[in-house]
Amino acid sequence: MRVSLTVNGRHRTADDVWEGESLLYVLRERLGLPGSKNACEQGECGSCTVYLDGLPVCACLVAAGQAESREVRTVEGLAGDGRLDPVQEAFTECGAVQCGFCTPGLVVQAHDLLNRTPRPTDAQIREALAGNLCRCTGYEKILDAVRLAATRKAATP
Amino acid sequence: MKTEARPSVGAALERVEGVEKVTGRARYAYENFPDELAYAVPVQATVARGTVLAADVDAVVRLPGVIAAVWHGNAPRLAPADNAELAVLQSDRVSYRGQYVAVVVAETLQCAREAARLLRIDYDAEPHDVELRADHPEMYRPDRVNAGYPADTELGDPDAALAAAPVLVDATYRTPAEHNNPMEPHATVAVWSGDGLTLHDSTQGVSALRETIAPLFGMPPENVRVISPHVGGGFGSKGAALPPVVLAALAAKHAGRPVKLAVTRQQMFAVTGYRTPTIQRVRLGADTGGRLTAIVHEAFEQSSRLREFAEQTTTPTRVMYAAPDRRTAHRLVRLDVPTPAWMRAPGEAPGMFALESAMDELAVACGIDPVELRIRNEPAAEPESGLPFSSRNLVACLREGARRFGWAGRDPTPAARTRGRMLVGTGVAASTYPVYRRPSRASARCDPDDRFTVRIAAADIGTGARTILTQVAADALRVTPDRVRVEVGDTALPAASLAGGSAGTASWGTAVVRACEALLEELDRRGGDVPAEGLEATADTAEEVGEQPEYARHAFGAQFAEVGVDLDTGEARVLRLLGVFAAGRIVNPVTARSQFVGGMTMGMSMALLEESVMDHEFGDYLNHDLAQYHVPTAMDLPDVQAYWIEEDDPHLNPLGAKGIGEIGIVGTAAAVANAVHHATGVRVRDLPIRLDKLVR
Ligand code: FES
Ligand code: FES
Repeated sequence: MRVSLTVNGRHRTADDVWEGESLLYVLRERLGLPGSKNACEQGECGSCTVYLDGLPVCACLVAAGQAESREVRTVEGLAGDGRLDPVQEAFTECGAVQCGFCTPGLVVQAHDLLNRTPRPTDAQIREALAGNLCRCTGYEKILDAVRLAATRKAATP
Repeated sequence: MKTEARPSVGAALERVEGVEKVTGRARYAYENFPDELAYAVPVQATVARGTVLAADVDAVVRLPGVIAAVWHGNAPRLAPADNAELAVLQSDRVSYRGQYVAVVVAETLQCAREAARLLRIDYDAEPHDVELRADHPEMYRPDRVNAGYPADTELGDPDAALAAAPVLVDATYRTPAEHNNPMEPHATVAVWSGDGLTLHDSTQGVSALRETIAPLFGMPPENVRVISPHVGGGFGSKGAALPPVVLAALAAKHAGRPVKLAVTRQQMFAVTGYRTPTIQRVRLGADTGGRLTAIVHEAFEQSSRLREFAEQTTTPTRVMYAAPDRRTAHRLVRLDVPTPAWMRAPGEAPGMFALESAMDELAVACGIDPVELRIRNEPAAEPESGLPFSSRNLVACLREGARRFGWAGRDPTPAARTRGRMLVGTGVAASTYPVYRRPSRASARCDPDDRFTVRIAAADIGTGARTILTQVAADALRVTPDRVRVEVGDTALPAASLAGGSAGTASWGTAVVRACEALLEELDRRGGDVPAEGLEATADTAEEVGEQPEYARHAFGAQFAEVGVDLDTGEARVLRLLGVFAAGRIVNPVTARSQFVGGMTMGMSMALLEESVMDHEFGDYLNHDLAQYHVPTAMDLPDVQAYWIEEDDPHLNPLGAKGIGEIGIVGTAAAVANAVHHATGVRVRDLPIRLDKLVR
C-alpha cells in the first residue's frame, strides 16, 4: 500500500508498504529518518518515541497505515533554524547523553513534558520519563537536563 | 605555532558528538544503506541439544522476495576458529537453544522474517542439561580463568586457620545469569566487494573484530574494513566477536548482496552473551577483633559446550584484604547453554557481591562497625603477590564516603528503624577493579591551518572516549581542544585495543600522547613550519606497555546504600546510593561521573532487578525481553551520588588514569544487600533481592 503523511513539516510518501509494517520501520528504513531508534520493537523502551498529531507515541507500536494523512514529528524535526531546541541543548550540556541510543526518544518525551507542564516537579519528570529506558546514565543527568531546559524555556517568552 | 593553553585534562569538556546524538544525526551500525541492500533474519535452534537433520531451504527460496536461505548444508565454508561459537552454520550440531541454524535473506525485513518463520527445520533432539549446580559431577578446574589469571591460588594452611579461628563466617552466595542489554541491539551491515568485506558493526573494538573475522573468511586483515563511529552501549557484550556478525557476513557472501542484520531484543538473550550465574562459597576466619586469619573463596560457574569461558570471579579476593592463610578457586561446568561473555566488571561484580556480603556478616558476628572492619584488614602490599600497590586509597574512600553519607553513629541493630510503612537500613561495601593497559597505535597530524587531527581505531560506546582523547591530545599538543579533532571507530585508522577492562583511557591515551609528542618533536625540528601537505607522526605503544615495572595496580572505592523495605509487600527500594572512588586522575569530571553513576545504577539493578531465568525444561531464558528482564527506569533510584579522591599515581601511564567504566558496579549489590539486612534482619545471599525472599 501507499502511505502519505507529513513528517517534520514535509509531505512524504512511501510506496509498497506492507500492511504490518510499523511507523518506525517506515521512518527508519524508507524515509531516511533513522533518528528514532529501535531497541525492543514492542513498546517497552521508548527509544522510538515520536509525535503523532502532537502526541508522543511509540512508533514501533503504530502501524504505518495508522499514520496515513497524519502529522509526525521526529527528533530530526525538533531543532529549528539551525538552533537546537532547549531540550536538546540541555541534554548535551548537562552530560545527559552517553551512548545516545535512548536519547532521541528521551528528547521527544521531555519535549512533550515541557509543552504540557512547563515547570515540572522532579516526581513529574521521573514519571514522564519512566517509559524511556536508558542503560548508561542512571538518569541523574537526564533529570538535570530537563530541569535546565524548563528553566530556560520559562526565561524565554 | 605552539600556544600554551590551559590544561584540558580535568576540565568538563562537553561531549564532542553530543549535538549529533541529540538531533538524531549520529549514525549507528544499522543505519547504513548501501545499494542493493537486502535483509537477513536468523533462524534459531528450538532444541537445546541435538543435531539438525534437514532444513527445507528450497521451499523458502521459492517465496516471493526471498533471495537466499542458508543452513549448514549450503553455507560458505569458514576456516576453523579457536572460538567454536564463531563456526556459524558449519555443522549439524546444536549446542544450545537459540543457536543459529539458518539465515534467510530477502528484499524486505518483513519478507525475511516471514520466510524465517516458515523455514522448516528437523532436529534429532537429545536430552539436555542446563542447570548449574555446585555438586555437578562434571565440575572441573580450568587451567586458567579469564584475563590470564590462575584458576586456583593458595597461601599457608587455610583449612587449619579456619578450624582454629575464634570467629567463622561460612556462607554460600548465588548470583543469577544476567544480560548486558545495551539499548542498541547488536547490528551489522555487511558489504562484500570482490574479496574485500566492509562491516558496519556495533562493536567495542573495530581492530579486534577485523582480526577475528578476516581469518574466518580466509582473508588477510587488510581486506576487512570495520566501521563503527557510534555504538549504543555494550557493557562488554560487544567486545569479542559474536555469532551475529559472522552470520551477517556469511549471509551477504552467500546471497551476493549487501545485507543488514539486527539482532532483536528477544534474540539477544541467546546469541549476544551474558554474565555467567555463579555459586560462591566464602569462608572467613577472624579473631574476635575482626582481624582476618583466613579467607577461602570458591566459585562455581558455567560455560557452553562450544567454548571454555571461565570468569575470574574470585580474583578480587586476591587483592582486597590481609590474611596469612588463604585460598581462591574456580570450578566450571560445560552445559547445553549459550556461551557466557563479558558483562561490566566480569568476575569482580559477582565476586565482590560474595566477598563483601561475607565481610558484612563478619562485622555482625564480631560486633564491629563494617567500615572499621575493612580498615582493620587493610593490607600493606597486595596480599597474594606481595607486590607493592602503585596506589591504594580504599581507606580514604571508606572514610570520605562515611563522612558524606552520614554513617557515624549508625546503630547496627537490624530491623530497628521504620519510616512510614518502610523498614530502613544502611549498608556499605568496598569495590575494586584492576588497571589494565594494552598496546595501541595512534597518529597525530597538523595542517597548515594549525588544526590537528588525531586518529585511533578506538571505540566510543558512550563512555566519552572521543571527548577525553580530544582533551588528552589538546594537552599533549599544548593547544585548546577546539583545534583538535579525534577520529575513532574505523579500521582505516591506526589499530587500537578494544573498549574493555576499563582500559580505554589508559591504552588509547598513552598512544595519543606519544603520537602528539612525536608530532611536536617533528614540528620543532622544522622550526614550527607546517608544510602545505601537513605533517603527521605516529606512535605504537607495544614496547612501552610491555615494559611496565611490577606493581599491583588497582582502583578502589566504597559504596554506601540506604534502602527501604515495604512492611507489607517486602519490596526493597534503594533510597540513596553514594560511592567514593580512587581511580587515579580523572580526565573529564562530567563523563567520569556518568561512568560511576551509570555503573552504580547497574549495581543497584543487579541487587534488586536483574535475573535471566533459565527454563530447565526447554533450555532458554524465559524472560527474554525488556518487559520481563527488568532494568531500572527513572523511577527506581531517587538519589545516586559519586565522588572521587584525586590520586597522583606515577606508576600507571602518562595520564595517571586508572579506568572508571566498571568499578562503579563493583560492590554496589553487596552494599544494597547489606543495607537490606540492616533494614530487615534478613540476609539475602542469592540475587536479586526479590520481595518473596524478604516476606517470611
Ligand atoms: S522500540 Fe519502540 S518502545 Fe522500544
Ligand atoms: S545514553 Fe546509552 S542508553 Fe541512554
